[in-house]
Amino acid sequence: MSAPAAPVFPDDEARDQARKELAATWGERPGFIGWLATVDHKRIGRRYIVTAMVFFALAGALALVMRLQLMFPGGHVLGPDRYNQFFSMHGSAMMFLFAVPVMEAVAVFVIPLMLGTRNLAFPRLNAFSYWVYLFGGIMIFVAFAMDVGPEGGWFGYVPLTGPEFSPGKRTDFWAQMITFTEVAGLSVSVALVATILAMRAPGMTLRRIPLYAWSMLVTSLMVIFAMPAVMLASTFLISDRLVGTQFYNPAEGGDALLWQHLFWFFGHPEVYIIFLPALGMISSIVETFARRPIVAYPAMVLALVATGFLSFGLWVHHMFAAGLPPAGNGFYTAASMMIAIPSGVQVFCWIATLWTGTPRRVPGEPGRQRIAVPLLFVLGFFALFVLGGMTGVMVASVPLDLQVHDTYFVVAHFHYVLIGGAVFPLIGAFFFWFPKFTGRQLSERLGRWSFWLMFAGFNLTFFPMHRLGLMGMPRRVYTYPSGLGWELPNLVSTVGSWILAAGVLLFVLNVVRTLLVGKPAGDNPWGAPTLEWATSSPPPPWNFDEAPVVKSATPLWPPGRLLPVMTGLARHKREALVTSSTDAVPAVRWALPDPGIWPLWSALAITVLFVWSIFQAKGVAWGAIPVAIALTGWFWPKRSQPSLGGAKEK
Amino acid sequence: MSRLRGWSVAAVAAAGTCGCNRIQSALAPAGDQARDIGTIWELMLWICGSTYLLVLVALAFAMLRGHGDGHRVAGERTIERGLAGWVLLIAGLLTVLTAASFAVDRRLHATPENPLKIQVTAKQWWWQVDYLDPDPSRHLTTANELRLPRDRPAEIQLRSADVIHSLWIPALAGKEDLIPGRENRIVMTPRQTGDFRGQCAEFCGLQHAKMALDVQVLEPAAFAQWRNAQLAPATSPVSASARHGERVFVSAACALCHRIRGTSAGGVSGPELTHLASRRTLAAGTLKMDRGTLAAWLADPQAHKPGVDMPAVPMSARDREALVDYLMGLR
Repeated sequence: MSAPAAPVFPDDEARDQARKELAATWGERPGFIGWLATVDHKRIGRRYIVTAMVFFALAGALALVMRLQLMFPGGHVLGPDRYNQFFSMHGSAMMFLFAVPVMEAVAVFVIPLMLGTRNLAFPRLNAFSYWVYLFGGIMIFVAFAMDVGPEGGWFGYVPLTGPEFSPGKRTDFWAQMITFTEVAGLSVSVALVATILAMRAPGMTLRRIPLYAWSMLVTSLMVIFAMPAVMLASTFLISDRLVGTQFYNPAEGGDALLWQHLFWFFGHPEVYIIFLPALGMISSIVETFARRPIVAYPAMVLALVATGFLSFGLWVHHMFAAGLPPAGNGFYTAASMMIAIPSGVQVFCWIATLWTGTPRRVPGEPGRQRIAVPLLFVLGFFALFVLGGMTGVMVASVPLDLQVHDTYFVVAHFHYVLIGGAVFPLIGAFFFWFPKFTGRQLSERLGRWSFWLMFAGFNLTFFPMHRLGLMGMPRRVYTYPSGLGWELPNLVSTVGSWILAAGVLLFVLNVVRTLLVGKPAGDNPWGAPTLEWATSSPPPPWNFDEAPVVKSATPLWPPGRLLPVMTGLARHKREALVTSSTDAVPAVRWALPDPGIWPLWSALAITVLFVWSIFQAKGVAWGAIPVAIALTGWFWPKRSQPSLGGAKEK
Repeated sequence: MSRLRGWSVAAVAAAGTCGCNRIQSALAPAGDQARDIGTIWELMLWICGSTYLLVLVALAFAMLRGHGDGHRVAGERTIERGLAGWVLLIAGLLTVLTAASFAVDRRLHATPENPLKIQVTAKQWWWQVDYLDPDPSRHLTTANELRLPRDRPAEIQLRSADVIHSLWIPALAGKEDLIPGRENRIVMTPRQTGDFRGQCAEFCGLQHAKMALDVQVLEPAAFAQWRNAQLAPATSPVSASARHGERVFVSAACALCHRIRGTSAGGVSGPELTHLASRRTLAAGTLKMDRGTLAAWLADPQAHKPGVDMPAVPMSARDREALVDYLMGLR
């Protein structure tokens, strides 16, 4: 099925010789130091994914305990203080340490392969991003274990999180965790934007960029625009708490609502930052299994871009109950409703693609009909996300939102959107790309079990919450009285949460089993059309022996066709090709940096600065010294200058 | 367990066997505003529900069809026409929903005629309720209960003394935040007499879960009677024990935070207690108001509502007994 190796080598001997040279150049130092120093996007992507999944498991475990507490009225599993810390950690970890990072992590692995290049742009920045993210995540979980975890929710509204009502260091750890993850997120986004705009395979014009890459381009640009707002907000908060500024104190001319504007200016795009990559994954999966390109490609791209733009114009729908002028609220109602249009366009195009394709045909086995597990998770996405989208339209309406805002209805809504809209496609994408990640294929049989457990458990957990919210149950309550009709929905929800957890656990077992005894996957086991399937599974450190050249949006279709390549990249340097951003015309040969330990030192130095500044303002000043030293080491000119020459086509 | 029972009763045993409640539910509107929002909910449910079904049916057809011709791109024109139609359909439906939403929003924000003016001030974790009147002598302060006359709009000014809270009485209206440094406003026009319950909807700290508000809608005459009774100073204690209880109250720490009109107790940081025994709940809806729970609450407030500002004031059992006698007489 896969595209054959490029016919540029006269014989096998020449090819082996070329690969030996590439291996010498792209090889890593062995051992632990090599592990720490790597700048290979695949190794970093894999560890990014694993780390994010560990945080997912931890945050999920917190949710299970919260569901136990709420199983019956007046529960005694958690006290109020513990419960508040649990839900704050659950939300913060899911949003900042799982959802956004895991989406970026998958992109770090997949995007360079999908674009046919040898590494991510700025590989050391990518390594740095991972370490900062890891240290930030460890810091907040250590703080939580030591009973200084956040207590003010993932949204951290002032004045509850201000110096007066949240004494101690809990909120400071939380605010600083945001700074960590934002630094990490911005670094990776810059690298992804540069890669997608400047390192695509020759011939991959804008019209031929895979939709997944489009979604990551839009997502990364959104990160770059949205995250500074929350960094500003959390920095104001820390300085209010640490050095006595009064940004949020109404008594001193500050404003409590300023926080909400800044936070939601980030917080709403954040939801789409999580969701857009999932849309890209769905496009890849639907296209592959329908065995035809996604219909109406320009409409799909425009829908992604429109979603990105619109998402910056609807943050106020989180604040409809805050007493803002009604005319303004009306504007945000209209903007929030409008975002249903690009989502509707994409849903239509996927269904039309499946409709005109052959989604149940098993390649190589004519007559058999089956739905592959990645596609199964995408079908689950339709059932869950579209429902979440519908409740999204409901909460966009000011009057209705005034009833359901801050109730379990909203809890149900955003879990349908985030788990249904992002986690189901993500698990589907794991099944889909697992051969590339590891060289092995996950068990489809266990995958089906996971899917049905997760699907049933999810609906049992979250569907009753719609009713709970309408029946008056507010969010973020550690307990509730009996006699209001809330008992049964809460009980069902708790039972469902354990079924959902069983489905996730089965997925983890599937991964472990596959790593131990899984069957090796071929280069392109699904018969997919994009470039990541044109190399081996898992790919070699240099990804492609020669730069692939693209002549259509689905370069590996029809199957069996030869994939043209471009030669001329040096093998004794880590060279990658820089191409023009619209037409992907080869422009420059760019030698990417070698592995190095400085990104790790820089991340450690920044960690010292961030943690120190939680306790003392002078930490910012003194902590800057090791950061300066580490960055100087990082940017010290190398003896062997990397080439930056013009590319010539052969 | 007994603590749980007391609280459950405090939530008023109004839920029938159907598993629904009529005292704190947006699905059982008892006022104009909640009813208006209810119409939007039903419109939404129909439109969004049918669209959802349409998508699922289309998806099922797409999956079951299964005889497309693979890599050949077929019928692009038809698909494009379908897409255009679909976008027009969504846009049309959204326009309907947005227009309906605007219309209802205007009604919610309409200026009411001859409203009853009330001011609610939220504090961690209870509600101070002030009935405003142009005549200062008819200004009335109470706590954790809101009594409203039927058929008269109540215009409630919302303030916060500490963090952000949100007043939500789902059977009567939507919610509105109480934000320090700002003053918000909500109007509710009850149309049915009965017992309702409100609850803080914006996370406000440790005891956000136990910040409820007992709401009663009364016939206008009954409301006027209640209001006049509340304006009177506290009933003088009759029994010897209650008289001793009054002395305990004004000489112990109680008087530092609580006011009882007609006595020297004039604290303002805690709830006003002049007619405490006429209320139906204790500690912002946490406990049912009766002798036993009041005694238990005074003995150890932290056991019932951990983190609450009220301390367990050390006193002899006899003093506490007398105090309960006194407070239960404040009708």
